[in-house]
Amino acid sequence: MTDKRHSILFWSGFAIVMALLFVSPYVLPPFWQRFLTEVLIWGLLAMSSDLLIGYTGMVSFGHSAFFGLGMYGAAAALLMFTPSLVLALAFGLIGAAVVSAFVAYFSTRLRDIYFAITTLIFSQIFYVIIFTWTDVTGGENGLNFPRPRLGIPGIWSEPFTATTLHWFVLVVVAGSYLILRRITQSPFGMVLQSIRENEPRTRAIGYPVERYKIMAVMLSGLFAGLAGVLYALQNRFAAPDFVFFLISGEAVIFNVMGGIGTLVGPILGAGTFLLLRELLGRIFGENFPYLIPLGFIFIAIIIFMPQGLLGFARRWLNR
Amino acid sequence: MGFLAAIPWDQVVIQTVNGIVTGMILALIASGLTLIFGIMDVVNFAHGELFMLGAYMGVVVFATSGNFWLALVLAVMMVAILGAAIQITTLRPLVGRDPLTTILATFGLSLILQNYALWQFGPVPRKIGEPISGHFNLFYLEYPYYRILIAVLSAGIIGAFWLFLKYGKYGIWIRATTQDRVMAQAMGIPVPLVHTAAFAIGAGMAAASGVLFGPLVGVNHVMGLDWVLKAFIVVVVGGMGNLGGAIGAAIFISLLEAYASLVVSPAQAVIVSFVVLIFTLLFRPTGLFVPTPK
Repeated sequence: MTDKRHSILFWSGFAIVMALLFVSPYVLPPFWQRFLTEVLIWGLLAMSSDLLIGYTGMVSFGHSAFFGLGMYGAAAALLMFTPSLVLALAFGLIGAAVVSAFVAYFSTRLRDIYFAITTLIFSQIFYVIIFTWTDVTGGENGLNFPRPRLGIPGIWSEPFTATTLHWFVLVVVAGSYLILRRITQSPFGMVLQSIRENEPRTRAIGYPVERYKIMAVMLSGLFAGLAGVLYALQNRFAAPDFVFFLISGEAVIFNVMGGIGTLVGPILGAGTFLLLRELLGRIFGENFPYLIPLGFIFIAIIIFMPQGLLGFARRWLNR
Repeated sequence: MGFLAAIPWDQVVIQTVNGIVTGMILALIASGLTLIFGIMDVVNFAHGELFMLGAYMGVVVFATSGNFWLALVLAVMMVAILGAAIQITTLRPLVGRDPLTTILATFGLSLILQNYALWQFGPVPRKIGEPISGHFNLFYLEYPYYRILIAVLSAGIIGAFWLFLKYGKYGIWIRATTQDRVMAQAMGIPVPLVHTAAFAIGAGMAAASGVLFGPLVGVNHVMGLDWVLKAFIVVVVGGMGNLGGAIGAAIFISLLEAYASLVVSPAQAVIVSFVVLIFTLLFRPTGLFVPTPK
């Protein structure tokens, strides 16, 4: 009985949040509408790394590589062919998948801080390649490209507006959330969580732990790449700054702020972080070093509130 | 034997000297990092920022006093005090938690320190004057004596630190705490104080390398990022917590990068050290410069 009530409550909560996010373009001024779209995109990046941090117990400092390759993959598709949404998505995801397969194969042999450092170094390798390969990637200046039309090939298409872009992002992020939630509740996700709780025992039971970890990193990389494609669609440029490891660090900050192991927590964390940044910028002026107070808040959360903002609801959200 | 003649030996010699000089600076940074990791399992993401702040302190003291040596000493002392304060406020509450939380906390610290430096000193690079200005001839280059002095001074600081660890009373405390924290506590060593002191020493060494390196390039707020990555690589390749290994790895990697920059651009030469790290992790995860565990 409680299970049924839980699922009614969960889905009605989900529906309310979705409805609010759906109508928000009609209510919000253009700036905040754009801001909300951006929060959703960063939230997707943070959510993808939550699959590793919160469910598998591996902190990745290399998500900027997946995000950036999604971005540059989309850029390649939009610059080489006639701009098409499907091709941009496909190229971005393929780029992220190839990179994450490569990173996953090597880095999952290591645990804890060694995993964190290895993923960080891998993302820096891609950063250096993108930064120095000026002929193809545009180097420091990055790439500018047109936005494709929204639509299904051969059936229907129309140009993106800010509102339809918001809806498109919302649909992709919500879909990703449901898929990730399903993954974490599946037998596969249970094995990941048992790796987090006790790796030697999971191995002893007979699960091929390395293979599960590689799968987890690759899945996580795919969703991070998806976030990269969305960001490329929204901003119509790709720049090496987004491959730099500070972006991975921000994804980890979003996770810790919002609450790891909740999937929606990271989105809330991203929202809180970006909102605080925006407010600090408005109150103290554009040049205010907003990362100083945010850094202090982040450290305080680690010390005093390691569960994050949504940590109290963790069990409820994962049922 | 044709290919031997094709090698530009003069450039190789120059790059060897360059590699050893940067290797010694790197060794100075990495030995602080490996000390901190060895004693309290903290991967200090903010180490590059301590290096950068040391360089800025050097800039400030040098601008007011004009004396390089005073700048070196004062910068080391100020950053060491800052390091002790950081350890007490941020890392002490995290003792006993997952070591990963300390990575996150020190990452937060590095953001704070980096943006503080940008806010306080602005984006324009600052210079520290060289204390000695002579040159000597190395093939077609006029090689500054100061670069040699950096290597000698770094080696001197590392040597003094090694002697302190080996023979000093407090050095022995540090080694005892590294080996067995609980036992050291039981023998009456004030472990929390030793942790703070070790962090302060590591921070001071990073600051010293920052001041020494300052005259070679402009001091700016992101200079720590490159170095902390290299120092991570060195510490892992040398074996986490292994001081001798870190020094060996620092020189090894700097030499490799210096030789690689003969062929590709210096920005791409960094990839060589990344590749060394990956191979080390795959084939000798305990470190290149440690004896094979039996």
